[in-house]
Amino acid sequence: MTAVDERQRDEATERSRPVAAHPFVSLSRAAFKGFVRDKAAMFFTILFPLMFLVILGLLFGDGGSSQLKLGAVGQGPVLTALERSDAVELVDVASADEAEQQVKAGDLPAYVAQRGDDIRLRFAASDRTQAGTVVGLVRGVVSDANVRATGQPPQFSLDAARVEDESLRPIQFLTPGLLAWAVSMSAVFGAALTLVMWRKNQVLRRLRLAPVRPMTILGARVTVSLGIAVLQGAVFVGVAMLPVFGLRLSGSWWLAIPLLLLGTLSFFAVGMLVGAFAKSEEAATGAANLIVLPMAFLSGAFFPIDQVPQWLQTLSLAFPMRHLNEGMSAVLVRDQGIDAILLPAAILIGFTVVIGFVASRVFRWEDS
Amino acid sequence: MGPTGDAALDVDDIHMSYGDVKAVAGVSFSVRQGEFFGILGPNGAGKTTTLEIAEGLREPDAGSVRLLGTSPWPRNVAVLPRIGVQLQASAFFEKLSAREQLETFGALYGVGGDRATEMLDLVGLRDKADTRENQLSGGQRQRLSIACALVHDPDIVFLDEPTAGLDPQSRRNLWDVLAEIKGRGKTIVYTTHYLDEAEALCDRVAIMDHGQILALDTPAALVRDLDSATHVVLERDGFAVAEARALPGVDDVVEDEASLTIATRTPAPVLAALAERGALSGLQVRTATLEDVFLELTGREYRA
Repeated sequence: MTAVDERQRDEATERSRPVAAHPFVSLSRAAFKGFVRDKAAMFFTILFPLMFLVILGLLFGDGGSSQLKLGAVGQGPVLTALERSDAVELVDVASADEAEQQVKAGDLPAYVAQRGDDIRLRFAASDRTQAGTVVGLVRGVVSDANVRATGQPPQFSLDAARVEDESLRPIQFLTPGLLAWAVSMSAVFGAALTLVMWRKNQVLRRLRLAPVRPMTILGARVTVSLGIAVLQGAVFVGVAMLPVFGLRLSGSWWLAIPLLLLGTLSFFAVGMLVGAFAKSEEAATGAANLIVLPMAFLSGAFFPIDQVPQWLQTLSLAFPMRHLNEGMSAVLVRDQGIDAILLPAAILIGFTVVIGFVASRVFRWEDS
Repeated sequence: MGPTGDAALDVDDIHMSYGDVKAVAGVSFSVRQGEFFGILGPNGAGKTTTLEIAEGLREPDAGSVRLLGTSPWPRNVAVLPRIGVQLQASAFFEKLSAREQLETFGALYGVGGDRATEMLDLVGLRDKADTRENQLSGGQRQRLSIACALVHDPDIVFLDEPTAGLDPQSRRNLWDVLAEIKGRGKTIVYTTHYLDEAEALCDRVAIMDHGQILALDTPAALVRDLDSATHVVLERDGFAVAEARALPGVDDVVEDEASLTIATRTPAPVLAALAERGALSGLQVRTATLEDVFLELTGREYRA
């Protein structure tokens, strides 16, 4: 710039009071106001995922504690021991025939009949996991009774106790999972839609004609997405900790914050990639859904990942959400320390760099 | 009236093709500082592409542009604070009020908040300051968009069809705004497809069609050079066609249901003769306009 230009600029600034905000601050403010005033965006970022938390949280509410029912026919020390074990709820049935009918009909998973020293166990084969549990349980009780009947002290003793303070109750895995999903939605959709809209209504072009660095524009929009993610995290954890849902945070829960921010960055990069290709808001929404939903399902946002087949678990490693989810549940509810987030954090940074680089290569200022 | 040394914008033989379509095929013109320069032509004439190349948004296939003494392409950050651009679509941040738009754009140039108020006054949107952009009318959006282009007090302003799609009243309001901007000594380069508007506002007009400039001069000179007839329109019952043809200097007479139109290149004796006969009821005199210039240059009727 020549001296004259500078003087003119100075004059322009001189005339203008109050002092102008920095372009970064001003653009961030504009994008944040745009988000807060967009009721649909607010709904899908905050309320919609929260609805899932409420519904799934109430649905699975006491998921782990429901007891196995077992038909009981007759009387004897084995049945008494089963009753005392608290592991099953015994339902008295008058005769073995009747109990067998009930198992066949699917009303009972199994029944145990004791007549003298003769123990008979019959179970439905349809649910193999449940059948295995029942057989193992009854066999254990019978063995105990056998040892006791010999009058000898048992040679081997088993000391069984849980490692976690509680089994992971549904709310404990739902919170980090759904939070990861919520953050991915707002970051992917936010980045993609802003890019498409700004290109369509020529804001992008207008910004290109202003003396502002592209990094300032990008930085401002990223900052807003990070702020939204923190807001989502606070609302989510706050609601999940209500007595109805009963989330219990482990000691180093705050380690989830850097992870959440890194996850948001990687999702933002995905959104930039979608936005670079999509020509319309509709196309961007469709493409973002196509990426976010399968990613959420495979990354264990809605149910624990270990319930899906191995090859799908392997496939899910290709998604940033899987790593975010794993890292967040480790520190939020599994009481693990900083070691648990190092690998996920590194992987999320890797995703951000790679996807971000590709997105910057295919970025377009305007529709060709 | 030719280009002078202190040109704000110099466009030299630019060419631009999109695939097989030649959008701009050898356009040259020069705009002086403080001049109100219009580029006029129908849709698809190449006006917007010409403007985009001048602003530095596109690189021409051939030719060169000097904007305020420097090249605007590639993106020239030194010249950006001195140019203001209003784009064809209203480029606004979603959900922000009129004042917030101006403040946001202003901040990009280091311009503070009271400049926003000044701009709202300039374009007559003071009472709409807190209205969101999507609740403004078409005319208000255009005015806000111009205000956003001017918020940093640029030396040269590019306006792409600022009056397109507006009702006549809004269009007139905008003319006042544009005249006010010119009064502040800004150089204005603007495109339009309204001939009457170019005639009313511009110091000089370039008429474009099919990617080329067909004529470039002041509106008055363009019309004068046309050597076209003046049309005298009378109420029909006042006069017979044959009698009209017999008047001195009459080139042609056309009659329709309501009126009689006499075409002449010497209107004075014709009007005198009509006055003598007391046949002036419902008299209108229409001289050539840019519309006639366009018709003459392209051989086809002008349709905006």
